[in-house]
Amino acid sequence: MQQEFIFAGFGGQGVLLMGQLIAYAALYEGKKVSWIPSYGPEMRGGTANCTVVVSDHEIGSPVVTRPSCVVAMNLPSLDKFEDRVKPGGVLVINSSMINREPRRTDVTVIKVPATATATELGNQRVANMVALGAVVEATRVVSVEGLLDTLRKKLPAHHQDLLPLNQKAVELGRSFVSQVV
Amino acid sequence: MSEKLLMKGNEALGEAAVRAGCRLYFAYPITPQSELPEYLSRRMPEVGGVFLQAESEVAAINMVYGASGAGARVMTSSSSPGISLKQEGLSYIAGAELPCVVVNMARGGPGLGSIQPSQSDYLQATKGGGHGDYRLIVLAPASVQEVVDLTILAFDLADKYRNPVMIMGDGLLGQMMEPVTFPDEVKKELPPKPWATTGWTKDRPKNIITSLELQPERLEEHNRHLQAKYAQIVREEIRWDEYLTGDAEVVVVAYGTVARIARSAVDAAREKGIKAGLFRPITLWPYPYDALGRLADAAKNFLTVEMNCGQMVEDVRLAVDGRRPVYFYGRSGGMVPTPEEVLAEIEKLA
Amino acid sequence: MKPVFTRPRSLADVSTHYCPGCTHGIVHRLIAEAIDELDIAERTIGVAPVGCAVLAYNYFNVDFQEAAHGRAPAVATGIKRALPDRVVFTYQGDGDLASIGTAEIVHAANRGEAITVIYVNNAIYGMTGGQMAPTTLAGQKTTTSPFGRDVEVCGYPIRMAELLATLVAPRYIARVAVNSPAHIQQAKRAIKRAFEVQVNDHGFALVEVLSTCPTNWGLPPKKALAWLEENMIPYYPLGEFKVPKEAE
Repeated sequence: MQQEFIFAGFGGQGVLLMGQLIAYAALYEGKKVSWIPSYGPEMRGGTANCTVVVSDHEIGSPVVTRPSCVVAMNLPSLDKFEDRVKPGGVLVINSSMINREPRRTDVTVIKVPATATATELGNQRVANMVALGAVVEATRVVSVEGLLDTLRKKLPAHHQDLLPLNQKAVELGRSFVSQVV
Repeated sequence: MSEKLLMKGNEALGEAAVRAGCRLYFAYPITPQSELPEYLSRRMPEVGGVFLQAESEVAAINMVYGASGAGARVMTSSSSPGISLKQEGLSYIAGAELPCVVVNMARGGPGLGSIQPSQSDYLQATKGGGHGDYRLIVLAPASVQEVVDLTILAFDLADKYRNPVMIMGDGLLGQMMEPVTFPDEVKKELPPKPWATTGWTKDRPKNIITSLELQPERLEEHNRHLQAKYAQIVREEIRWDEYLTGDAEVVVVAYGTVARIARSAVDAAREKGIKAGLFRPITLWPYPYDALGRLADAAKNFLTVEMNCGQMVEDVRLAVDGRRPVYFYGRSGGMVPTPEEVLAEIEKLA
Repeated sequence: MKPVFTRPRSLADVSTHYCPGCTHGIVHRLIAEAIDELDIAERTIGVAPVGCAVLAYNYFNVDFQEAAHGRAPAVATGIKRALPDRVVFTYQGDGDLASIGTAEIVHAANRGEAITVIYVNNAIYGMTGGQMAPTTLAGQKTTTSPFGRDVEVCGYPIRMAELLATLVAPRYIARVAVNSPAHIQQAKRAIKRAFEVQVNDHGFALVEVLSTCPTNWGLPPKKALAWLEENMIPYYPLGEFKVPKEAE
């Protein structure tokens, strides 16, 4: 069993962190993982993305052409990566920032108003956690408990007070998923 | 072994160097390896070591010369354009027989090129780079764990042979995060270096670190000595890895991250019933000519895959020695071949 | 009988390869005397340049490293950072330090590396046969400035001591000459001071030594000494450009 993810969005939306949290959570659950970022000038203000592979066996290529799941946090990311989702895969889109319908009909599309939900929670920066809740719910790549445990481990000591907010964001994200893929 | 950590290749390399007893590191910032100096700028002070950002790659490699000559375990790192600047120093270091570790997280060239991953420094690393008859030991890790393991090995090989060792990675390997474990114990006992310039207390001959020998007879003698050492390295230090080569009709040859991509392609080919296998050199110098050549007995053909316009393929041809066709597939300029592209090439040869 | 003049212990008992009348030998002796007087021979490591002094490692009874052209300050940095309690000095000519090695000397000085730099300026490339140096005087004829140095084309001779004295970190920077007994005495004091600064203050010290090159200047040794006095000193004034603060 192997799942591949591309997380993409504006620099500052926390997409590299989304990938790292999935990678850590999967590592803690005994899986093989790899994480590669886009790097270079495009990190600054442009689009950022990372590729995560989670597998039960030794990972060959960490470079993925056809991921099983794409998470697009903004429109340019959807434009860039929509066509690359593996048929039968999952396309998670941040519907707060994306005002068009996906073209793909051979994948499961999950619309998550991540930015709006985070704003309602009082902190726009947890939009990535809302989306991540949806990703975990839809793909079961790691358990929800595993993801929350990882958050607990990775939040620095002086930010532990943000844990309930992040937990809430993850839970709300899960609620936007009506079916497990 | 310690718990599994998720680390970038660049940072894991820095930690591995510390665990190997490296306490001096000199470098100049360049993408895509800057996480390594950044990591060591925090880490070296914790272990009483020296991190120094040099004014240039030229200065950094010469600081390595000085520190190595003084008996220290020492490292520098850069990416392709910076490695070009270090070639002068590498030639002197090889000539003066100084142990050190040099990291190249390679990027696209020629010239300023790009900051995306590349393997287009293969010939520079394995066939010279600087002037004179010398060799670097070149290690090519393909995973972050192997970055750690080969970095520790690199320091040991450097000391054993009094020779510079290059770790040849690429931007992808440096930026990639994978789980790693480090050996628990930090090595403390380093091999004795009676040749080092540590101050002459008359208890040994005066030590001089130099690559100069003005008398042709003596320089030739020195070159013969170096060649004998290189011959020993060829006999004892060749490393490689094979995957499904036993019955392979198409043998893919690739190193570093490209070998990972090729491995996925080999798996996909096997699923389609194609007898494909992967041969992965771990030492780029010394090159595993014999081990690769042996595969020509059974294989129908060879496919070399590189992130360049065809460099290692010359060594593959030498190894196969005309017995089977050797094909090449490469992407360059920072483009990374995909498993699907490699699979398509394998299918053409099956 | 009490000896009144002996070879310094740190100066090897061998003949040098330097040309007759060359003042490198004097500079070597002054360094060896300073090392002996400070009793630091057993913890001193020298760094030789590329240039006439390329074989300097044969002439001192201390451990030595031979550096690539211009890189001696970087090599010395590596040694000093590896062995901070040792005394490290470089011996460099004007082509080595003021041309190909400008980046290395400027940044070693700017970091305040605790090393001693002996910079021998004879206004010409000696080893390679008398070509123009960055320090060659305006109008001075060399094998690559056969009509005299044209400052419109080549710029003006570079004053390294003054240039480096503008930096904050260096502790001691001086220019001396070795063309007369009085100047040699001054040079001795400056060189010893430059080692003391490293040993006591853990700071960067540089002494520029105006030196002669009779062979490539095309002058007999004695006339070369006079030429230095009449032509070099007016452009390269002697003196201390930077001294440790407490001594100011």
